Amino acid sequence: MELVREFRDSSRVNILKEKLEGFAFKNEVKIMEVCGTHTMQIHRFGIHQMLPENVKLISGPGCPVCVTENSYIDHAIELARAGFTITTFGDMIRVPGSYSSLEKVRAEGGDVHVVYSPMDSLELAQRSGKEVIFLAIGFETTAPTIGATVKKAKELELENFSILAGNKLVPPALKVLVEDRNLGVNGFLLPGHVSVIIGMRPYEFITEYGVPGVISGFEPVDIISSIVLLLEMIEKGEARIINNYKRAVRDGGNPTAQRIIQEVFEPVDSEWRGLGWMEGSGLGLREEYSEFDAEKRFQVDVPPPREHPGCRCGDVLKGIINPPECPLFGKVCTPENPVGPCMVSSEGSCSAWYKYG
Amino acid sequence: MCLAVPMKLIKKEGDKGIVLSMGVEREVSLALLPEAEIGDWVIVHAGFAIERMDEEEARESLKLLEEMWSS
Repeated sequence: MELVREFRDSSRVNILKEKLEGFAFKNEVKIMEVCGTHTMQIHRFGIHQMLPENVKLISGPGCPVCVTENSYIDHAIELARAGFTITTFGDMIRVPGSYSSLEKVRAEGGDVHVVYSPMDSLELAQRSGKEVIFLAIGFETTAPTIGATVKKAKELELENFSILAGNKLVPPALKVLVEDRNLGVNGFLLPGHVSVIIGMRPYEFITEYGVPGVISGFEPVDIISSIVLLLEMIEKGEARIINNYKRAVRDGGNPTAQRIIQEVFEPVDSEWRGLGWMEGSGLGLREEYSEFDAEKRFQVDVPPPREHPGCRCGDVLKGIINPPECPLFGKVCTPENPVGPCMVSSEGSCSAWYKYG
Repeated sequence: MCLAVPMKLIKKEGDKGIVLSMGVEREVSLALLPEAEIGDWVIVHAGFAIERMDEEEARESLKLLEEMWSS
């Protein structure tokens, strides 16, 4: 798209950089980005180096693969070992569970397929006749695509398709983060494509804590201008939600997608790596769609989960430490040989730090 | 994982569409964006069009930015 280039334009970036340099803060200001794609882009464009003194960008739990708890991955692995066909987004395949990964299980003969769209699983189920289980992970951006797939399966009366429900919701995690006084976030860079679906309203509550938020796109001009908007509000002591990605995000979000999420799923308590159990922070299938719930349909023994010794992915996800502060970072844990999920996923903080510094 | 890319919608049939992605035709589902019209730039995530990219708003944002730094 022609216009996208305008948001990468270096003269615009330079002017915004100057604008950034004009800020002066006596105390530390912490801005958290809660989208893995933002994390990746921030490192790629060297935005950390452009920040004024005392302003720090910290990464939050914005990578769905990274926040997926070990017990979920272990469950998927046992389903694959039991002979079910597993379909998954590519990001998941190398993520280590407690004892193995889907990639290793596939090498041992497990039937594990990477799909681009959840819809591809339906085609595979129809074609192969095998019992196909899709690993439903991702935030609000992804949830409606999975919801639409489940609806389609119902329409087609497909009996050999189900999902392992594991989708997560961003606002409940923001609530835990904004309430964490030790963390002390002063502003949030809000996820653009999650917002495409949910709109602005679900973020309003963070302003009640005196913390502003800016919905941002992913080009350099988007991200830097969003940081400028946040710093302006922080300087003035204002707390509002600003939509700075209007070309993609309607204030009310995408109502069709919201309706599909509502129809197929209901909020359930969910466990996040690093943040623990959070009320209403996940999506489970509604009773009317329980025939597509792999967890209800198939019983497998899942061994008790364990954490990777020494891996501080959880603290990285909460913004408590930066990846280089982890003793494993760059030594035993690298993208070629990852110990934890934050290094596996290309949008994990550890991977972004390793690649771009 | 929330990566989503604008692509031009060139065909539409029911809840299926064809988009052009770097010169290559690709099928997308329009189940989440039934109002999409041929010629629209749509944002595609996991094989679904999830929203229209609004060129008017894009120009407006660039204009606002220019006002911001000229002040």
